[in-house]
Amino acid sequence: MGFFPFVFPFAELEVGQHLYWQLGNLRIHGQVFMTSWIVIGALLALVVIGTKKMERDPRGVQNLLEFLWDYIRDLARTQIGEKVYRDWMPFIGTLFLFIFVSNWGGALVPWRLIHLPSGELGAPTADINTTVALALLVSLSYFYAGLSNKGLRYFEYYVHPTPIMLPFKIVEDFTKPLSLSFRLFGNILADELVVAVLVFLVPLVLPVPVMFLGLFTSAIQALIFATLAAYYIGEAVEEHH
Amino acid sequence: MTTLLLFGATEGGLFDFDATLPLMAVQVVLLTFILNALFFKPVGRVVEEREAYVTTSRADAKQKLAQVEKLEKELRDQLKEARNSAQKVIEEAEKDSDQLYREALALATAEANASREHARREIDSQRDAALNQLKADSDKLGDLIVERLLAAK
Repeated sequence: MGFFPFVFPFAELEVGQHLYWQLGNLRIHGQVFMTSWIVIGALLALVVIGTKKMERDPRGVQNLLEFLWDYIRDLARTQIGEKVYRDWMPFIGTLFLFIFVSNWGGALVPWRLIHLPSGELGAPTADINTTVALALLVSLSYFYAGLSNKGLRYFEYYVHPTPIMLPFKIVEDFTKPLSLSFRLFGNILADELVVAVLVFLVPLVLPVPVMFLGLFTSAIQALIFATLAAYYIGEAVEEHH
Repeated sequence: MTTLLLFGATEGGLFDFDATLPLMAVQVVLLTFILNALFFKPVGRVVEEREAYVTTSRADAKQKLAQVEKLEKELRDQLKEARNSAQKVIEEAEKDSDQLYREALALATAEANASREHARREIDSQRDAALNQLKADSDKLGDLIVERLLAAK
């Protein structure tokens, strides 16, 4: 109430409320899983339809899938390098596609129309749990990439130009997932909030340009997350001379 | 009713970490494997097959083009050669026919000259013979006339 000293009888803005599901003694955010399943379902449906009958002369959805594949390959190849990008392409691609479809789903689908007992449906990436999960997966993968490619020599990276870098590089291991997760979370949540607040203040016309901006931000954030993940992995497998 | 629950809420809040985090991570890892099997591998195979196909067809086409160019050059050389030899044959034939013409002309002229000479000689000899005969006849006649005149006297 502190943010909005007015009373709007026709709209409601809910932030930080969740639909809790109880799994044994674990509590999870139901609304995040519901939308993430829809996102995953949409992705899998697209992929299954597009790869059902693949030909040398692509037709229909196969074109889209090949475009995406090519885009992800270029992204992975430029950031990770020719040698190992193949191993990491599925991970980078999954991150990109999952975040992109989540963000756009959150921006395009009118989730608000579905009423939940508590909380509301929205992009899975607008929940800090999702973004931190993704960011920690990125951290694990770059460690794994470095260690599996170079063994213990991976730790040379920490003292690479000079040993003075050691503390900074150690701090980086913490700031990388932090910045990854908060950047994505903050952008998507902020976009949803701005749109919600605008809809709720001026329900006509005015939110539309902001929604377009939101679509743009969503796409950019997916690209940034995937690119940075690839860059971190590339940095870990890079050979210093 | 506006409800903004931000930090520090006991129930919920923006930074409410719970089992959603690990479960979401597991979900994304599973999605990675599923997408790898259903999307990245098959599409990659198709794209790379096509790339290989395009590369080999390009190489093939290039080779064929080179072959065609070589053949074309050969044919052009042959054509040039043929044209040259034809030219030579024509020149030779012209020369030959010229010579034949000249020879024939010379022969005919010589023959004509010879027969003319021959004819003239014959004419000459016959004329001489005729003149001689005439002379002899006139001599005889003269003698006869003289004899008759002498006898009449």
